Amino acid sequence: MADVYKAVKLTDRVYWVGAIDWTIRDFHGYTTRRGSTYNAYLIMADKITLVDTVKAPFKEELFSRIASVVNPKDIQIIVSNHSEMDHSGSLADTIELVDPEKVVASTMGAKTLQDLFHLDREIISVKDGDALSLGNMELRFLETRMLHWPDSMFSYLPEEEILFSQDAFGMHLASSERFDDEIDPAILQYEGATYFANILLPYSPLITRLIGRVAASGMTFKYIAPDHGPVWRKDIGGIVGKYAAWAAQKPTPKAVVVYGTMWHSTERMARAISEGLAAVGAIAKCMSMDVFHRSDVAYEVLDAGALVVGSSTLNNNMLPQIADVLTYLKGLRPVNLGGASFGSYGWSGEAPGQITDILKEMKIEVMAEPIKVQHVPREDDLARCYALGGDIALQLRRNKEVA
Amino acid sequence: MEKYVCNICGYVYDPEQGDQDGGIAPGTAFADLPEGWICPICGSGKDEFVPA
Repeated sequence: MADVYKAVKLTDRVYWVGAIDWTIRDFHGYTTRRGSTYNAYLIMADKITLVDTVKAPFKEELFSRIASVVNPKDIQIIVSNHSEMDHSGSLADTIELVDPEKVVASTMGAKTLQDLFHLDREIISVKDGDALSLGNMELRFLETRMLHWPDSMFSYLPEEEILFSQDAFGMHLASSERFDDEIDPAILQYEGATYFANILLPYSPLITRLIGRVAASGMTFKYIAPDHGPVWRKDIGGIVGKYAAWAAQKPTPKAVVVYGTMWHSTERMARAISEGLAAVGAIAKCMSMDVFHRSDVAYEVLDAGALVVGSSTLNNNMLPQIADVLTYLKGLRPVNLGGASFGSYGWSGEAPGQITDILKEMKIEVMAEPIKVQHVPREDDLARCYALGGDIALQLRRNKEVA
Repeated sequence: MEKYVCNICGYVYDPEQGDQDGGIAPGTAFADLPEGWICPICGSGKDEFVPA
């Protein structure tokens, strides 16, 4: 066991014992340019407790950090707040090493962990509101189903006022700094929003409700300890407030213009639309899917008021990179968006219509008829695109003024 | 009888099946589910469901 990996103290009785993944760049289809961490926490209560584990390749790092505080075999309780493999991948090996008295998860978690790892021991299931005695301290559990898996739950340690929030309030950010106040706030804002947009967005109504539940519970927090990225100890109100705002998805006068192009004609249309948007006072984000990643688009859509999508027509279909991003965005279920479609074509021109059909399926309000141009756009075609941008900007600004 | 889908997780309530774990007998229409009934997958209330 390499002993270069040490625990980091949150309080006298609670330690971070996770792993830093400096090199991950593809997190099941979400681009993580700053890497990530898999956070696990050690509670040095009478009954020593481990909250979550780490992704399988990092188990030695987990064991080493634990061993810098205590012999891992002294752990008596393991709590799994979230069954996904980046937090449970080392669970079976940890159970084998530690042989704990209890392994605890939510009802759905107990089932999911068995489905994932086919364990030969019982997982004890706890329900919303249950408390588990650790001797001189206790852990209280809050079920947070579908935030973002059915098994997800929070654990709260009242004696230290720490909320172990699994993926909520987390971000993909590898850093040697463990706390929010040690990291540039602009990076926290960007990576926190990107995480929300790519992982939690579909469950926004549940987040709004959860924030209300937590506020009503009277719980107080000195630390929010998520399963990815830094531990919040300074700007706790800030990140909770941002979650409330992101979940509300209040549209701003900003349009995301996403396109795929073959011979730059659809690109010229996209740029004309973007110029028209900006000329009438909206922010335009013009994103070629040849250079941007779908998770970048999700980030931009989070606070946008419109999604304008263009594609050339290739063999009677939209380009595959546009089908990719639309499938991804459809799953994320953004709300409060308007939209439109456009594209150049050679002879058939189905793509803009196909895109509009998908926008309708996504319950996006279609703001204009598709603009189609055969081959290379002429001046008047670009003028139509520019006018479309201006019209969308006006509608977005009116919405803003009404709101 | 009409099926209803959960807006949060995609679970489909099929009246022909009911919801055995939730104590709902087969043949129970969505409208007749008790107010406190929750989605067996994600815990959402009835108001999150729409006709499938």
